[in-house]
Amino acid sequence: MEEKDKILDIKNLDVSFRTSAGTVHALRGVNIDLYRGETVAIVGESGSGKSVSMKAAMGLLAPNATVNDGQILFRFKNSSGEIEEADILKKDKKWIRRNINGKHMAMVFQDPMTSLDPTMPIGRQITEGIIAHLGLSKKEAWEKARDLLLEVGITDAEKRMHHYPHQLSGGMRQRVVIAIALSCDPDLLICDEPTTALDVTIQAMILDLIMKVQKTRGISVIYITHDLGVVAKVADYVNVMYAGKIVEVGNVNEIFYEPAHPYTWGLLSAMPDLSTDDVRLYTIPGSPPNLLHEMPGDAFAARNPYALAIDEKEHPPMFKITETHSAATWLLDPRAPKVEMPAELKARLERMRREAQG
Amino acid sequence: MNSSNRQPLLQVEHLKQYFKPRRDYTVKAVDDVNFEIYPGEVYGLVGESGSGKSTIGKSVIRLYTPTSGKIIFKGTDISGTLTKDARDTLRTKMMMIFQDPMASLNPRKTIGDIIGEGLDIHKQYTSRDERREKIVSILKKVGLSPEHYNRYPHQFSGGQRQRVGIARALIMNPDLIIADECISALDVSIQAQVVNLLKDIQAETGSAYLFIAHDLSMVKYFSDRIGVLHLGHMLETGTTEEIFANPVHPYTRSLISAIPLPNPGLEKRRKVVGYDYASSGIDYTVGSNHVLEGTHTVFGTDEEIARWTSKQ
Ligand SMILES: Nc1ncnc2c1ncn2[C@@H]1O[C@H](COP(=O)(O)OP(=O)(O)OP(=O)(O)O)[C@@H](O)[C@H]1O
Ligand SMILES: Nc1ncnc2c1ncn2[C@@H]1O[C@H](COP(=O)(O)OP(=O)(O)OP(=O)(O)O)[C@@H](O)[C@H]1O
Ligand SMILES: [Mg+2]
Ligand SMILES: [Mg+2]
Repeated sequence: MEEKDKILDIKNLDVSFRTSAGTVHALRGVNIDLYRGETVAIVGESGSGKSVSMKAAMGLLAPNATVNDGQILFRFKNSSGEIEEADILKKDKKWIRRNINGKHMAMVFQDPMTSLDPTMPIGRQITEGIIAHLGLSKKEAWEKARDLLLEVGITDAEKRMHHYPHQLSGGMRQRVVIAIALSCDPDLLICDEPTTALDVTIQAMILDLIMKVQKTRGISVIYITHDLGVVAKVADYVNVMYAGKIVEVGNVNEIFYEPAHPYTWGLLSAMPDLSTDDVRLYTIPGSPPNLLHEMPGDAFAARNPYALAIDEKEHPPMFKITETHSAATWLLDPRAPKVEMPAELKARLERMRREAQG
Repeated sequence: MNSSNRQPLLQVEHLKQYFKPRRDYTVKAVDDVNFEIYPGEVYGLVGESGSGKSTIGKSVIRLYTPTSGKIIFKGTDISGTLTKDARDTLRTKMMMIFQDPMASLNPRKTIGDIIGEGLDIHKQYTSRDERREKIVSILKKVGLSPEHYNRYPHQFSGGQRQRVGIARALIMNPDLIIADECISALDVSIQAQVVNLLKDIQAETGSAYLFIAHDLSMVKYFSDRIGVLHLGHMLETGTTEEIFANPVHPYTRSLISAIPLPNPGLEKRRKVVGYDYASSGIDYTVGSNHVLEGTHTVFGTDEEIARWTSKQ
C-alpha cells in the first residue's frame, strides 16, 4: 500500500486578536492533520476557533490578528508537477492569493454573502476564477460555469447566471459559492458550515456531490459543522474543539460511540434526535470561557461536573486511547479516578450502536 | 393545543409575493399560501431552499408589499398601505430574526447599540443605566457576555453574531417572533440553550413563533404545527405529530427521509426517497386543499390524494 500523503499539517497554532476590550486569545495551540483524499470534520463550541483556524490556513486572518506561534504546512503539486511544501504563515498574502487560494485550496464560508460580490451577476463571478486559474476562453468558462451550477442543483442555470446575489435565496447563494469553490479543481476544499443554509434534500445532494468529486479527483475536505448528522455522513475523522484547542480527535465511530472528553459528552447529549420528546433539551452548564482572560488549567473545568483538582492548575495533554483516538482530559491519566460518561448518554449511545447494527 | 375557539394572532390568506427581476421574468416566490398562527403557538415552516420561507417572513413583517392576498395581525389587516397605528403595532409587536446575520447587522454600530435600537426608537427606558441593564441582561440570556457590549459585528464568530440578532428581537417582548434559520449557525449546546430560551420566553410572555429552519429534528422538537412549502406552494400542513407520523405528500416524505441521522453506522447506509417535481407528474397549479383529519391538510387533486393516502 502506498504511504499516506499528508497534505495539511497545522502545528501548535496560536493566534490572538486585538480588540478595544483587550486581547482575545482565540487559538491556543491547535493541531490538525489531514491526508490526501480524506475528510476531517471540525466540531465544537461556537466561538471556539474553528473558522479562525481555517482562515489562518488560507492566509485570510483579519488585520487585528497576531500569530504568536505555530506552523501551517501545506503540500500541493506546483505548476511543474512537483510536490511543494509551503508554510502558509511564512508566505505573504499576495503569494498565497496567486499560488494557493482558489487554485489549490478553496473555501466555502458560513455566510455566503461575504464571499459573493453583491454588485456582480453570479455568472461572471464564477467565470472570473475559471478564466484566471484555468486559462479557458470566456465562452468555455461560461459553459463550465453553467454545468457546475447544474451540478449543484440550480436547474435554471442559464437564467440564474444573469442574476445578482440578492435575487437568490440563501440556499441558492450557497450553492453558487460551492460551484465557485469547485470550479478550479482544488486539492483541498474547506467548507465552513456549507449546508446550514440548505434544506435537507439539497444538503444531501450537495454532500453527495462533494463526496463524489472528492473520490474522482482525490481531493481532501475539511468540514466545519454543527450538524452532527452531517458529520456522521461525511467524516472519516473528527476534531472536537473547545476554547481554542482541539480537545478530542478520533475516527467518526470513536467520537460518536466512545467519546472520551466531557465536552464531547455534553455535545452529544445536547443534540435532539428524532425521538426526543423531553420538555427541555440538555445544555452544557455555565457559559463559554472568556477568551480575554488567560486560563491556567483546563478551559472546560468550570463547566465540567467531572473536573479534578489538577484541572484548575494545569492544561491536560492529549492522552492517546487508540492509534487514531486521543483526548485532552485528565480523566484519562492513569492516576485519575475511574469516571464514566453520564448514564443517560451511555444508554443513548448504546441505542445508537444497536440501531446502527440492526 | 386546542386552537379552534381562539382568535388567530396571524392569518395569512391567499398570499402571493412575486418578484420581477427582469421585465421578461417573474419569480413567483410565494404563490397562494394560507396559514394561521395562534397566540403562544410555534408554527414551523419547512421546505426546499428557495421555496419562499424567508419571503413569507418578510411579507408578513411588511418588508415587502404583498402582490395579493391578506395578512391579518391581531385583527388588523396589514397587507395594504399601513396606517400609523398599524405601523407602530407592527414595529413593536412583531420582530424578525434574520437568516443572514452579517447582512442584517449594521457593521458600524456596536453590539450594545444594535440590540438597544428597538428600545431607543420606542423609548422603552427611563435612564441610560436602565437601558444598559436591559441590554446586558438579554446578552446573558442568549449566552453572550457583557464584555461583548462594545464590540462590532465583524469581531464575532458566526454563532455569536446570530445570537445578537436573537437578542435584538427578544428585547422587545413581541407577540410574534419570526425566526428565520436562527439556530442553524449555533453549536448544538447553544442551539439547545436558545430553543430552551425561546420556550421560556414563550411561557413567560406568551409570544408565538414563525419558526423557519432546515433542521427538521429541531423543528419537530419545537413546533406545535408545521407547514411544508415547495416552490412557493404550501403542500401540507398539520400538527407536528400528524406530519411526522403520517407524511402524505411525496415531497414531505422525501424531505423527512433526507434528515441526516447523527449516527455514523446508520447514516452511512440511509437511503433518501427522491422527489423531482418536473418528472413527478404533479402540478402545483391544479388541485385543492384536502383536510384528512384534525388539522392535517394536503394540497393535491382528488385522484392524487386518494393515491397518496391508499399507499400504506
Ligand atoms: N477579527 C476578530 N477580532 C476579534 N475577535 C475575533 C475576530 N475574529 C474572531 N474573533 C474571536 O475569536 C474566537 C473564535 O472565532 P471563530 O470565528 O473561529 O469561532 P467558530 O468556532 O468558527 O464559531 P462559530 O461556530 O460560531 O462560527 C471568537 O471568540 C471570536 O469572537
Ligand atoms: N428581491 C428578490 N428579487 C428577486 N427574486 C427574489 C428576491 N427575493 C427572493 N427571490 C426569489 O424568491 C424565491 C424564494 O426565496 P426565499 O429567500 O424566500 O427562499 P427560502 O425558502 O427562504 O430559501 P432558503 O431556505 O434558501 O433561505 C427564490 O427563487 C428567490 O430567488
Ligand atoms: Mg465559524
Ligand atoms: Mg431563507
